Amino acid sequence: MRVKYVLSEVLVGLWRNVTMTIAMIITMAVSLTMLGASGLMYRQVDEMKDLYYKNIEVSIFLTQEVTPEQRDGLNAKLSGDPLVKEVLYVDKAEAYKRFQEMYQDAPDLVNAVKQEQLPESFRLKLNNPEQYKNIYDQYKGTEGVDEIVDQSRLLDKIFDILTSIQNIALAASIVMAAAALLLVANTIQVAAYSKRREVAVMKLVGASNWFIQAPFVLEAVVAGLIGSLLGLVALIAAKYLLFDGSLKALQGLLSPISWGDILFIFPLMAGVGGLVSAVTAWVTLRFYLRV
Amino acid sequence: MIQLEQVTKTYPKASRPSLDNVSVSIEKGEFVFFIGPSGSGKSTIIKMLLHEVSPNKGRVVVNGKDVTSMRSWKRPHFRRSIGCVFQDFRLLPNRTAYENVAFALEVIGKTKAVARRVVPEVLELVGLGGKEHRYPHELSGGEQQRVAVARAFVNRPLILLADEPTGNLDPDTSIEIMRLLDRINRTGTTVVMVTHDSNIVNQMRRRVVEIESGRIVRDQARGVYG
Repeated sequence: MRVKYVLSEVLVGLWRNVTMTIAMIITMAVSLTMLGASGLMYRQVDEMKDLYYKNIEVSIFLTQEVTPEQRDGLNAKLSGDPLVKEVLYVDKAEAYKRFQEMYQDAPDLVNAVKQEQLPESFRLKLNNPEQYKNIYDQYKGTEGVDEIVDQSRLLDKIFDILTSIQNIALAASIVMAAAALLLVANTIQVAAYSKRREVAVMKLVGASNWFIQAPFVLEAVVAGLIGSLLGLVALIAAKYLLFDGSLKALQGLLSPISWGDILFIFPLMAGVGGLVSAVTAWVTLRFYLRV
Repeated sequence: MIQLEQVTKTYPKASRPSLDNVSVSIEKGEFVFFIGPSGSGKSTIIKMLLHEVSPNKGRVVVNGKDVTSMRSWKRPHFRRSIGCVFQDFRLLPNRTAYENVAFALEVIGKTKAVARRVVPEVLELVGLGGKEHRYPHELSGGEQQRVAVARAFVNRPLILLADEPTGNLDPDTSIEIMRLLDRINRTGTTVVMVTHDSNIVNQMRRRVVEIESGRIVRDQARGVYG
């Protein structure tokens, strides 16, 4: 009976102030969507880093005038370098083959470039891709070395962009959460005021504190959970419309977001939504109910 | 049943204590009036018995429980043994007489079945048989106060506190309410009533404790007002 009473009070409470309830739920939903998106991106970026950094190379291009001695010396040095995991020598013929493959859609370009024009190079895989700088310093001045190119430089830029998008989402989530928090506090104040007579009687006749507070706290929690469900719907829609839709072309570049990822992030959203609401409601009651 | 032992209470910012070294002992089944001018400290006593305020000094014992040292989380359970009636009735306007009384039972965990059995009984006892389904605004002041008494008594408390229960009622209605409180007292319930109403005190001829400026100036077994 008591559970039934509390639940019916929760429904009545949500309905009593329905515009405020809707505002609360929408703000909560937006905040939690941002939180979820930011969480997904975090996983995404991690996965992409693993994937990309595993495959990236540092290329040391040699000058056209490099002598065989210089080349062999460099090869020996690189092979003995503890930072280097793998060394692959790419001669002019191999470079030309790769060039042809890469630009097979542009035969004019391929025809215009002759095999001798392409530089020989060493392709290195590093034990730790982040130690690129050491390699660069060490070999930059070596005789016969023309240029050292690190693919991870480019990746870093991409990841910087992704990280800042993620941070923006997180910041938006926090700002919206603050707004949601104030709305929860306000809703609870209004609820406590409209039920002040009931609360006074309950206190007088000795209703337990949890029994007095539970409907208010649960009211906020239910709104928070509905908000997180709407957030889940928004994320699903985003995956459906963006990743599987207009951004499909980038699929090779971005590692795909699975339904599992989204379901995995939902408990986080629901937990944060519910907990933030509950704590806010409870703290508000401390001030406005004095039970 | 109720002991106040050298109780002193000074509210913050008050120039003089609201209660100054007050000692009273009330036995089980007694009917006691606290009288005195406004601000004499009568209501503070009621609040103390309800564990709403705590004394600065001294000890308050109710039902054998030391209220002074009681933790606030124990207060709800403690209050279930005390019924309380006020000048302003404090009924819920959107609930009928029946629902007002049943509410008090249900929020302390009694089932609807218990309420269905007990509430009509107690409404009958306070003389509201047949008016169970009226809303407070459909009842007279006296009838509203009867609902409040029913609500206070439905849980069969050991103590009934009444803070100027006749303050909003005309003399005839006041007498009826007093008869009701007297009936409740005869069931063995200790009744403590704070009042200004000299007529009532004079008619009832019960124990009178007079307070002035926070001190007890009179404690008479079968007293009158003034």
